Amino acid sequence: MKLVTAIIKPFKLDDVREGLSEIGVQGITVTEVKGFGRQKGHTELYRGAEYVVDFLPKVKLEAAVAADMVDKVIEAISKAANTGKIGDGKIFVSSLEQVVRIRTGETGPDAL
Amino acid sequence: MDAITELSYALDTFYFLMTGVLVMWMAAGFSMLEAGLVRAKNTAEILTKNISLFAVACIMYMLMGYSIMYPAEAVNAWWPGFGSILGSTDNTAAEVLASGGDTYYSGLSDFFFQVVFVATAMSIVSGAVAERMKLWAFLMFAVVMTGFIYPMQGYWKWGGGGLDALGFLDFAGSGVVHLCGATAAFAGVLLLGARKGKYRPDGSISPIPGANMPLATLGTFILWMGWFGFNGGSELIISNVAEANNVALVFVNTNMAAAGGVIAAMITARLLFGKTDLTMALNGALAGLVAITAEPLTPTPLLATIIGAVGGVIVVFAIISLDKMKLDDPVGAISVHGVVGMWGLLAVVISNPEATLIAQATGLGVIFAWTFVASLITWGIIKMVIGIRVSEEEEYAGVDLSECGLEAYPEFVGSQGSGK
Repeated sequence: MKLVTAIIKPFKLDDVREGLSEIGVQGITVTEVKGFGRQKGHTELYRGAEYVVDFLPKVKLEAAVAADMVDKVIEAISKAANTGKIGDGKIFVSSLEQVVRIRTGETGPDAL
Repeated sequence: MDAITELSYALDTFYFLMTGVLVMWMAAGFSMLEAGLVRAKNTAEILTKNISLFAVACIMYMLMGYSIMYPAEAVNAWWPGFGSILGSTDNTAAEVLASGGDTYYSGLSDFFFQVVFVATAMSIVSGAVAERMKLWAFLMFAVVMTGFIYPMQGYWKWGGGGLDALGFLDFAGSGVVHLCGATAAFAGVLLLGARKGKYRPDGSISPIPGANMPLATLGTFILWMGWFGFNGGSELIISNVAEANNVALVFVNTNMAAAGGVIAAMITARLLFGKTDLTMALNGALAGLVAITAEPLTPTPLLATIIGAVGGVIVVFAIISLDKMKLDDPVGAISVHGVVGMWGLLAVVISNPEATLIAQATGLGVIFAWTFVASLITWGIIKMVIGIRVSEEEEYAGVDLSECGLEAYPEFVGSQGSGK
């Protein structure tokens, strides 16, 4: 089992969700986050004085999937979230030791 | 004929009361404007300040302010003496008829109209000292300001004192209300210092954007609306053709000046910053209104638009300049009401042949000097006795928590108030 975590541009969330649904991902968790990468921040203006916004709004998306699904998930996210411009985000994959479905008590791949 | 006289009295009194209600509503405008231009963590406290200063102003003006500003018998042209608490007696019908038209509105309607002006002057102060002042220090100042400082200079002009005798003209209070309020705020800001984080160690400005632009815009519209009462009511009478026409002209000019102020401030901001800053457009509307307040009756509507537009240009430069001088005024109150108030007083000479530059400048100087010195002393004493500024830690957490113990938007900022 793997946990796929992706940081994407907020306006791409709907496309990514659709792409994941198409390949059979059953559920994702989404969080509004802020951060910076190579895109860095941008400047804004208030009453004539500039200030730098260091952290840009992004969406963090988490999906727990079976190990054999990982490549398809990565492909779906990459395809849907890609604009070709700086700041498209990143995908992280990590191992999942255990998964429990709270309602039934199922564990492991059955709980995904 | 007597019936008509009584009816006119009733009509003028009614007009006075209703325009007073419009001015009272400006307190809502100030509350929303200030709530929009501070950070979310200071919202509940600025609202608390706004409603409590209004109450303080009403009570202090009833107790002593009104009789100082409009003394039954003044000691001399500069010292009115202390009068009595407001009573409930008013003109009788016989007195009104016997006056031959000199008494044309209820005495208590005059108090009501005047008291909401005091509250307006005090509202100006609250925005400038926002986000860092102790609530009760502010209210102590409000007691002195509305009970004494404001009524004194009000007596000099509207109470028939020394400035009035000099030929100083101020129709609805560019000086008496706006410059006075802004000067008291200026003295407070000098002793209070800037908000933490507003200026970087290298001296550059680090802007602190307001939390809620829709509220700031709503507040500006409410103030714009209330201003029809502020200026329109200051004509004091509406019950004949000539006066009704005058009132209409005052309404039109007040509206035009605000429109001119918006456009001028927007264009100025666009040229200076490359962006159209909404907060500058809002301040531009208010600047136009302040600019026309000293004389909304003699200009043509086109001239009123220009007077307002000049106010709109001035306010943008004033805000930038005060910021460079490290005078931190979160809502721009000192620029809008003070700097543009001065312009309004001087602009009277453009359209009113009875005004002289020397009398206008004298009035401006006297109001500024008196309010500044009296306010500085008052703020200074409060600072020595209980302190005027919250601690750095409280300022960081927000004065909503340290002063009021509650948050304006609890769901957004923490787990408190989750209903559990």
